[in-house]
Amino acid sequence: MDVTWYIVLSALLFAIGAGGVLIRRSPLVILLCLELMLNAGNLALVAFSRAHGNQEGQVFALIVMVVAACEVVVGLGLIVAMFRRRLPLNVDEMRGLRG
Amino acid sequence: MVYVAFFAGALGAVGGAVAVIALRNPFYSVLALVVHLVSLAGLFLLLYAQFIAAAQVVVYAGAVMVLYVFVAAYVGAVEEPIWEPIPGQRFLAPLLAVALFVELSIAVLGTGLKALDTEGPQVHSGFGTPGQIGTLLLERFLIVFETASILLLVAAVGAVVLAARHRQPEGSE
Amino acid sequence: MSATTYAWLVLAFPLAGCLINGLGWRVLPGRAAGWIGTAAIALAFLNSIGALVMLLDKPVESRELTSSLWTYASAAGLDIKVNVLVDPLSVYMILIVSGVSTLIHLYSVAYLGSDRGYARYFSYLNFFVFSMLLLILAGNFLLLIVGWAFVGFASYALISFWYRRNTATKAGMKAFVINVIGDVGLVFAAFFIFRELGTFDYLSAFHAAPQHFSTNQGVLIAICLLLLVGAFAKSAQLPLHTWLPDAMEGPTPVSALIHAATMVTAGVYLIGRTYPFFELAPTAADISAFIGLATLLFAATCALAVTDLKRIIAYSTISQIGYMVVGVSIGAYAAGFFHLMSHAFFKALLFMSAGSVISAMAGTQDIDRMGGLRKAMPFTSVVMIIGALALAGFPGTAGFFSKDEIMAFAAHRGGFYWIFTVGGYVGALMTAFYAFRIIFRVFWGEPVPEARELEQGHLAHAEPENPLSGEKEDTDVGFPGPEHHIAERDRPMWVAMAVLAFLSIFGGALQIPGVDDVIDKFLHGAFLDSSLYEQFPSIAADWEGLAVGGTVAVIGIGIAYLVYVRRPGTSAALIQRLRPIYTLFVNKWYFDELYDAVVYRPVIAIGRFANDVVERVVVQGIVAAAVDVVRGVGVIVRGAQSGFVRAYALLLIGGFAALGLYFLIVSS
Repeated sequence: MDVTWYIVLSALLFAIGAGGVLIRRSPLVILLCLELMLNAGNLALVAFSRAHGNQEGQVFALIVMVVAACEVVVGLGLIVAMFRRRLPLNVDEMRGLRG
Repeated sequence: MVYVAFFAGALGAVGGAVAVIALRNPFYSVLALVVHLVSLAGLFLLLYAQFIAAAQVVVYAGAVMVLYVFVAAYVGAVEEPIWEPIPGQRFLAPLLAVALFVELSIAVLGTGLKALDTEGPQVHSGFGTPGQIGTLLLERFLIVFETASILLLVAAVGAVVLAARHRQPEGSE
Repeated sequence: MSATTYAWLVLAFPLAGCLINGLGWRVLPGRAAGWIGTAAIALAFLNSIGALVMLLDKPVESRELTSSLWTYASAAGLDIKVNVLVDPLSVYMILIVSGVSTLIHLYSVAYLGSDRGYARYFSYLNFFVFSMLLLILAGNFLLLIVGWAFVGFASYALISFWYRRNTATKAGMKAFVINVIGDVGLVFAAFFIFRELGTFDYLSAFHAAPQHFSTNQGVLIAICLLLLVGAFAKSAQLPLHTWLPDAMEGPTPVSALIHAATMVTAGVYLIGRTYPFFELAPTAADISAFIGLATLLFAATCALAVTDLKRIIAYSTISQIGYMVVGVSIGAYAAGFFHLMSHAFFKALLFMSAGSVISAMAGTQDIDRMGGLRKAMPFTSVVMIIGALALAGFPGTAGFFSKDEIMAFAAHRGGFYWIFTVGGYVGALMTAFYAFRIIFRVFWGEPVPEARELEQGHLAHAEPENPLSGEKEDTDVGFPGPEHHIAERDRPMWVAMAVLAFLSIFGGALQIPGVDDVIDKFLHGAFLDSSLYEQFPSIAADWEGLAVGGTVAVIGIGIAYLVYVRRPGTSAALIQRLRPIYTLFVNKWYFDELYDAVVYRPVIAIGRFANDVVERVVVQGIVAAAVDVVRGVGVIVRGAQSGFVRAYALLLIGGFAALGLYFLIVSS
C-alpha cells in the first residue's frame, strides 16, 4: 500500500473526530472524540515514519500516547468532580465565560 | 493480502470512529472507541511498527479505555437533548469537518513529496522492534523520555487533587 | 546719580510698596499699610524731583535720555529693550502723577480707615501708580503697551474694589472691556509702526518718521487713528466714554486719582508723545481735535442734568479732557499739558471734597438730597469752592490760565480753528454753571437733617446701602467700612486737601502770559522737532483770550447763583419747559442704551447661538455619536463571546480550515 492511503485515512479519522467534538454535548464523549483525533495523528506519524525509513516517528507516536494518557486522566478527573458537585454533565450548561 | 488487511483495518477504524460520534449512550461510544483502537493497532502492524501496535493495545485500549469504562459506569448515561442552543452549529459542524477532510486530502494527494507515492524504502529487519525503539528512547530521546515520565507523575497528582473529596474543616480543639 | 537712575527708582518704590502691602497684609498692623503706600509714592515723588534736577543740568537740545535695563527680545529684526525715556515731557508727567498720588494716598489713609480691605486697597493703588509711571517713562511702544494694560487692570481692580457690590463689579467689567478695545487699537498701531518703520523704540521711530512717511499718507493716518482709539478708550472720549461715569462705583480717592488726575490723562500723554506722527498727518490730528470738541460739549450738557454728585464731577472730567485733547491735537502742547496739571489739582480736590460731603451725608450721593452744609462743614465748603472756581476758570485760579490758553492758541492758528475757540468758550460757560450748580446745591439753602446733626457735632449715620440702587449691604470685606470720615475731623484728609487748594489757586503762576512761561520753556525740550510748538499767540492776544474766558466764567457763576440761590424754583421750571432736552441730557444722550442694543445684545445672541447650536448639537453631537459608534461595535463584537465551549471550538476548527484553504490556494 502506498503511504498516501494511510495519510488520507488519518485525515478522515481526524475530520470525524473534529466533527464529533463540535456536535456532542457530553464531556465524556467529547473526550472520546479528542482521543480519535489524537490517534489519527498517531497513525499519520507512524505512516510518515515508514515513508522516511527511520523510527523517530514511532518514538514521537509513543510520546503522544503518553500525553494522551495524561490528558485523559485529568479530563476524567474533571468529569468526576463535576459529577460529585451535581453539576449537569452538559458542556452547554457551562457558560461562565459568557460576556 | 496486504490490501485486505488494510481495508479491514481501515473499515474497523472508520466504523469505530463513526460509532463513537453517533451512538447516544456514552458507554457504547467507549466500546466503539476500543474497536477503533484495536483496528488502528492492526494498521500499525502493517506499517512495521510492532512495538507501537503492542503499546496501543496494552496501554491505550487496555489501560486508558478501562479508565473510561470506570468513569462511564460511575457517571452513568445522560440523555442528550435534541435541541441545539447554538445557532448554526448543527449545520456548520459537519460542514467544517468535511471541509477539513477535503483540504487535507487535497494537500496530501497533490503533494510534492515523492516518498508518499511509494510504499517506503526497504527497511532493515529490526525496524519497529521494541529493542530498536528502546535504544532510541534511552539514547537519543532520553530527555524526552524523562520529561514524559514527569508529565505522567504531574497528571496523576493532578487527578487525585481534582477528584478528591473535600473533608469538612475540623472543629476547634 | 543720573536722571535715568532716578527714573528707575521712581518705578521701583511704588512696586516695592505694592508688594509689601500685597504680601504682608496679614501682619501689617492698623494703618501701617496706608503709611507704607504713601511713603512709597512720596519717595517716588522725591526721585522725580531728582530726575528733574538732573535733567535741568543738561542743555535744552540734549534732554532726551534713555537707559535700558535688559534686552527683552532680540531676533528676526526685533530689538526690544526694557528701556525708559527721560525727557522733559515724561519728567513733567511723573512729577504730576507722583505728586498728586502722594496727596491722594495721604487722603486715603484716613478716608478708608475702617475698611476691611485696607491693605489690599493700598497694594492696588501702589500698583496703579507703578503702572502709570511705567506707561509714562516707557521708552518704546511695547513697554508702553505693558504699562497701558497694567493701568487698565489696576483701574478694574480698584473700581470693583467693593466686590460684593453688584453695581461695582459690573462697572469694573465695563471699564475693562472698553479699555481692551483701546488696547487692541494701540497694539495694532504698534504693529503698523513696526511694519513701516522697523522699530518699536520711540526715538528711532520719531526720527525715522519724517523720512519714511509723506504728509497724510494713508498708512500714517491709519496709525494715528488706531492710536486715537487707544487714547480715547483710556481718556473716556466719545464714543468710548461710557465707562467713566460708572467707574464712580469705586472709592472716592480712586475716582480722584485714576479717573481725574492720572489714568485718564494717559490718552492725552499718548497723543502728545507721538506728536511727530500727528504733525505728519494733519487730517488725523483734526479728527482728534473735533472729537475732543464734541466730547467737551457733550459731557458738559450731561453734567448740567445728572444728579449724582460724583457723576457730575465725572462728566466734568470727560469734558476737561476734551479740552486737553483739543489742545494737543491742534499743536498747543504746552497749553494742553499745563491744563492737564491744573486739572489734576482741582479735579482731585473736587473729588476729595465730594468724598468728605458724601461721608457727612452718611453715604448718599444724590445732590437733590443735600443742602445747607456750609455751616456744618466749613473747611470742606471752602476748599470745594476753591476747586469749583478753578474748574470754572475764575480769574486768578490755575484753571483760568490753563484752559483759556488753549482757546487763545486755537484762535491764533486761524482758519477753521475758530470753531474750537467758540466751542471752548461755550463749554466754559456750561462748565462754570454746573460747577457752581454743585456748590450752591450742596452748601447753600436749607440745611438738611444730616447737616443739622453735624452742626451739633454728631456725624450722621444710616443703614449701609448701595447709593445707586438702594440695596441693603453690610460692612464686611467687599463693602465699604462702617465709619465715615470727613475732612474736618481727620488730619490726613484736610492736609491733602489744603495742599491741593493751594496749588489750585497758585498753580497758575507757572505760566502767566507776559510774566513767565516756565512750562513752555521746559516742555520745549521734548518737542524740538515740532513745527507747531512755537506758534504762540502774542501776549496781547493771550490776555484777550483770558479776558473773554474770565468773563464767561463769571457769567456762568452768576447764572448758577440766579438759578439756585436767588430764585430756587427756577431749575424745576426750566426742566419742565425744556423737558425733551432735559431727558436727553439726564439719560446721557442714550449712549448706554445704544451700545446695549448695537453691541451687547448681538454678542449675547451669538453666544447663545454658539452654545445652543454649535456646542450642544454639533460638538456634543459628534462626541456622542462617536461614543455610540464604539458602543455599537462593542455590542456586535460581544456576540462572539457566547460562553459555549462548542462555539469556541467551532471557531477554532473553522479558523484552521480557513488557514488550510489559504495555504492551498497560495501554494498552487
